[in-house]
Parts: sequence; C-alpha cells; structure tokens
Amino acid sequence: MSRSTFSIGGVHPHDNKLSRDCRIEVLPPAPTVFLAMSQHIGAPAKPVVAVGDKVKVGQVVAEPGGFVSAFIHSSVSGTVKSIGPRKDLAGNPVNCIEIAVEGDEWLEGIDTSDKLVTEIPSDNKAIIEKIRLAGVVGLGGATFPTHVKLSPPPGSKCERVIINGCECEPYLTSDYRVLLEKGEQVVVGAAILSQVMGNVPCTIAIEENKPEAIAHVSEVIAKLGYKGIEVMVMKMRYPQGSEKQLIDAVMHRQVGSGALPISVGAVVQNVGTALAVYDAVQKNKPLIDNTLSVTGECFPRQANLLVRVGTPFQYIIDFLGGMPKEAAKVISGGPMMGKAVSNLEAATLKGTSALLFLTEKQTRRAPESACIRCGKCADACPMGLEPFLLQKLSRIADTEALEANAAQDCIECGCCLYSCPAHIPLLDIIRTGKGLALGAIRARAAAAKAAAEAAKAAEAAKPSVIPSEAKESKK
Amino acid sequence: MTNTIIWTIAIITVLGLLLALVLYLVAKKFKVEEDPRIDEVEKVMPGANCGGCGFAGCRAFAEAAVKAPDLDGHFCPVGGNDVMAKVAAILGYEVKAKAPQVAVVRCNGTCANRPVVNEYDGFASCKVKAALYSGDTACSFGCLGCGDCVAACQFGALSMDPETGLPVVDESKCTACGACVKACPKRIIELRPKGPRGMRESVRCVNQDKGPAARKACAAACIGCGICVKTCTHDAIVLENNVAYIDPAKCKLCRECEAMCPTGAIHGVNFPKPLDKEAVKARINERKKKAAEAKESDKKEAAHE
Repeated sequence: MSRSTFSIGGVHPHDNKLSRDCRIEVLPPAPTVFLAMSQHIGAPAKPVVAVGDKVKVGQVVAEPGGFVSAFIHSSVSGTVKSIGPRKDLAGNPVNCIEIAVEGDEWLEGIDTSDKLVTEIPSDNKAIIEKIRLAGVVGLGGATFPTHVKLSPPPGSKCERVIINGCECEPYLTSDYRVLLEKGEQVVVGAAILSQVMGNVPCTIAIEENKPEAIAHVSEVIAKLGYKGIEVMVMKMRYPQGSEKQLIDAVMHRQVGSGALPISVGAVVQNVGTALAVYDAVQKNKPLIDNTLSVTGECFPRQANLLVRVGTPFQYIIDFLGGMPKEAAKVISGGPMMGKAVSNLEAATLKGTSALLFLTEKQTRRAPESACIRCGKCADACPMGLEPFLLQKLSRIADTEALEANAAQDCIECGCCLYSCPAHIPLLDIIRTGKGLALGAIRARAAAAKAAAEAAKAAEAAKPSVIPSEAKESKK
Repeated sequence: MTNTIIWTIAIITVLGLLLALVLYLVAKKFKVEEDPRIDEVEKVMPGANCGGCGFAGCRAFAEAAVKAPDLDGHFCPVGGNDVMAKVAAILGYEVKAKAPQVAVVRCNGTCANRPVVNEYDGFASCKVKAALYSGDTACSFGCLGCGDCVAACQFGALSMDPETGLPVVDESKCTACGACVKACPKRIIELRPKGPRGMRESVRCVNQDKGPAARKACAAACIGCGICVKTCTHDAIVLENNVAYIDPAKCKLCRECEAMCPTGAIHGVNFPKPLDKEAVKARINERKKKAAEAKESDKKEAAHE
C-alpha cells in the first residue's frame, strides 16, 4: 500500500489517542436539551415549533434560513420549554430551542434496527433531497451543509469522492471508533456518495496510526464487493484532515485560493458525515446524534459516547464521574483547532467531536518573546503562507497588505503557533487579520453585485439610453 | 598637490552649478500646479495626523476640504471649532460650530462589580480576545480590559485603571478623534457632547441581556427595568434591547434618573455637588403627589359638572 501525504508544511504532534480502545457507549438523553439554531455554516435555521409543542425524536424543529443552511430535528422526545437566546460554549448568545425530555418516542418511519441496508436507491435527486431533509452537515468540523456540497455548480465535474478518516488531531478517536464499529455503514455511505456524484471512484483516507481501522474497512469493502472504493493509508501528519491538504495528499491537486474542492474534481466528506448519509438515506434517520470522544490525561474515565445533539456539556461530564480536579481547561474538539469552553452549561452541536480536558501544566502558555526570524512558522504552514509577516500586518491592521499576502487563505490549523520557538500567539493574531482580509473581499464582492444590479435596473428602466449616461452607469 | 586640490574643487563646483541649473529648468517645466490654499489650510491644522476626521492625515483633509463645495461633513475633532473657523476663513466657506465631544466609556464592570468566571491566558488584545470568546466574566457585552483603546489613543488621554480594570478617559487630553471608538471590538466607547462645564449624564452599561441575567453577571449592569424612562420628564431616555440610553441633546441634567436607578448604572460627571439621592427622590415624590392630587381634583370637577 502506498503511503501518501500533503506536499508542504505540517507538524507532527504526539497523537495521544488515549480513548482508542473505548467502545462507543450510548449516552442516555439528558433531562433537558438545547438545540442551537446555528449548528452549521450559513444562515441560522428558523424555528417551526412553538413553546408548549410536543415533539418526537427526529421531528423537524427548525427549517433552513437560506440556501446554505440546514434543517434541525429534535434529538429527544418531550415538550418545547422555551425558544430564545442562550449562551454558547464561548459565552455568546445564540438562538436555542429548549426541550424538556419525556420518554424516548421516535417519529414513525425511522428505522432504528441494527440491520445493514446495502441496497442503494437509484434516484440521485431523491437521495440528495433525503440528505437535505435529514439536516446532514459536514461533521469534520466546518459543518457545511452536505446537500449543498453534493450539488456542484453546473459545469464542474466530480472525479473522486474522498472519505476523510484521517483524524489527524491528537486525542480524538471518535472517527476511529466509528470506522471500527460501524465500518459497514460508513462504506455503504461512501458508496451512496460516490453514486450521487456520478459513480466516481471513492477513496477512504485513513492515517497509518489506525491499522485496525484500515484492516477492518478493507475487509468490509471486500465483503460488500464494492469495486470503486479503496482504502488509502496516509502518513501521520497534521493537518492531513483539512480538505485542501487531503485533496493534495490523495489526488496531488492544489485547490486555488478562494476556490472550492469541486474546482479540481474532488468532494471530501468526513467519516461521520458518511455515516449520517447512510442513516439518512437507508434508515430515514435525521442527524440527531454524533460520536464524541471524552478524553485527556487528567480525565479518569475515557470514553467514546454516542450523544444526542443538544446535550449540555455538564451532563456528559457528570455522567462520566464529574470534572477532574486537575483539569484547568476544557476544549470542545481537538487540542489544535478546538475551542476552549468557557461555559459548561452550553450544549453539544452537530459538529462537536470531542470534549478534551487539559491540566494547568499542559495548557499554560509560555511567555512571548521577540521573533528571531527562524522561519519555522513558514516551514510549518501547510498553505504556504508567511505567518511571521501576517502577524505583523495583523497587528497594524494593514488590510491591503494582508490580502496581498493571502491572509484569507489561512485555514487556522495552528501549525505556526505550535512550531514557534518564541511562543508568539501567531494564529490568534493572524485570525484578526484574516477577518479584515475576508471582510474586504466580501465588501468588494457585495459592492460589485450591487453595482451590477443597479446597472441592470437602470437599463431595464430606460430602454433607450443616451450614450453618455450609459457610460456613467457602467462606472 | 595644490593644483590637484584646486582642480577638484573647480570641477565639483562647476558640476554642481550645472546640475542645479538642470534641476531648476526641470522643476520649472514640469511644475505641478497646486491650489495654494491646500498649504494654507494644512498650516492651520493641528498636524496630529490622527485620522479622526476620516482622512489619512491633515494634508489629505486639507486637499479634500479645498476641493469640497462646502465644509459639511468635514470636521477636525482635534482642532475643534477654532481650527474649523480658520479653515472656513481661508476657503471663504461658512461653518457651523459643533459642540465639543469627549470619549465616554459605557461600562462600569469593575473587578468588584463583575466577578471573573474564567481565566484568559491568551494574547493581551481585546480584538483577539473578542474573536475567541465573550470574555472572562459572565457579561458578554462588557469591557474586555486588554487596553486596545489605550494603545489606539495618540493623545495619551486613555489609561487602564489597575484597580477597576477599566479604561479611564482624561477629559483634558481627549480630542474626540474617535480612534478608541474604532479600536473597541465591543463598541463600548462612545463620543458624547461634553456638556455645559463638562457636566453630563450617561448610562455606563451596554449589556443587552434580560434583567436577571445582566444583574447576575454584573452588580452595576443596566437591567432594563425602565424606571429611568418613567422618571425622566424630558423624554430623553429610551430603552432598547434591555439597555437604557440617554439622548444628550434632550437631557436637562436634572439627575433624577441617576437617583432612581436601582443598580447605579447611570452616572453623572463633573457636577459641582455630589448627588443627594434622598433630596431628589423627595422632589420626585412631591411632584408625583401633586400630579395625583391635580388629577383627583380634575376628576372631582368633572364629576361636579
């Protein structure tokens, strides 16, 4: 088997997969769940239930608020207690639906049995519609609505579906456990995705530190007899699981600045997404739960849990024996890209992949010193950027220079910060610069759109335009 | 030896004169015609190049002012009315005097009022902190305390008070250029009219949470109870998103709202005497009593008729 990886940058943190041998346990529903209306990239969903309504598991509680948006389903059965702003894990208010749990009654039509359904429906449009109605979003971290990704713009053609099972973030083991325990479902999900994209070949990319998963998935593919699906063993390297890096590693193609993966003929979906696609298409089950690793050296009871969306963090921690004394920081997600949780009352989202506990010693930042121009950050950057320069430009908020130096291409992987010997919080600073550059690009696009529309409107209003005026409107 | 020195001096001198002549001719031939008033205007500007006027610097302001048909929308906050009068005189425009402004910090979440609920150990910048999360207190609207506003101020008018953890404005130095307003990611700092002899009333809170949540997060929060709105007889206070806001144009500085505010979120500054809350409350009660009596007598009269 060939071992592949992406071409530039990257770092090698210790993988620390402490919870790799913990089987997936099912977490009983919490007494109250909170379903956030912004669990995906794009417009927030709009609630379609009212306070006092009875809901069942799998029932739609919110509909998409725009084209790039997703349905949200109740993950429990019970009564809607309130709809209103509630603080998310970072303490910022987000619109939430609060549901008091009563029993566990599922909506009719959802197949809750364990039976593997391998027969894939032939109508691709119906499949995409099913995925849309099931509220499936990318579970690799970005939570981009899957049905949008599966409907490429006209003129672009998909050549390969990549299932991302790299799990290159240290500590995380949820994708690994899903591959081991639900490998069949993931493979069928992959087959569905490759059929939808036009019967293209499919690669399941797994890093070499998960030999059991590689063996198991290869076996499953052979057993189920899928010809177009192959397993690719990847070298261990962070951030291999990032979309652009994975396409580079698997297909040796570079996705341009601001371009989508489909521009080079690739569609990347996470292992969790493939499972959710299987559930949606074969079992009629909307995305109401996901697998979460609860881990960290100081956490005595490591676990991989199947958690209903909207479960409060505190409930999960209490279920596993409470907060360890030594824990100084709780992170939602991995240690490289995860977000620190400042509010444990916050609830899980569709894209939450882990709860990680770090001690004071592990998380304490070393004092920042001056940049010594060693260039380690530039070596580590998988996007080929110059973090030392970008952080300087970010500090002085020079938007033009930031854009010229491609700050908008930063994927916020944190390799620069990880590799900096001067302990400069490069990513934290660059993130503000990236915001400026993206803001400028978006403002320009919006202005161009408005100008084009105004010109169109002016033309429509005046069919016979005097030449001099036409010139002005073009300006 | 002497010969060499003389020759050297002579050649260099001739060369210098020749090149000077060339430069002179070129400067004459390619001279850029510029409105002399730009220089004049620039001369009367403060020369701080702070950008408070919205232009890149004093020269850019002068160029724009000379080109503009009038001075509406052009104002140098640093120089104030004096400089603008001079600019207007040079350009022959008319300019309306503007009330002098000052930066006001709309947060009173001191360390005592607003307990810290988590520890922030990241980069000491409000902008970075705001991009990461809502802050180290339970209030997601208040001051983050990293001092981006202090760094943005070119006039040394802002400083962090180590005791309260909040920025303090030195009114004698503040030029109302607005750099701090732009630097604050939480939009806490506001430019307000200085007021007569510096006296003004303002709500020092921007928390939009509902009352109980706001109060839990900060003892000095505006809880949106609306007592000030009811108390104000000048219609100067509006309640929006659970926060009161005092319109400086309508405020008559009676300080009644300040006396009635249950959390002390309303602050009056530069008043000659400290606020006697009881006296003001007595005054309000008296007025209410009179109003009630008047109403009753009106009713009686109506009944008689």
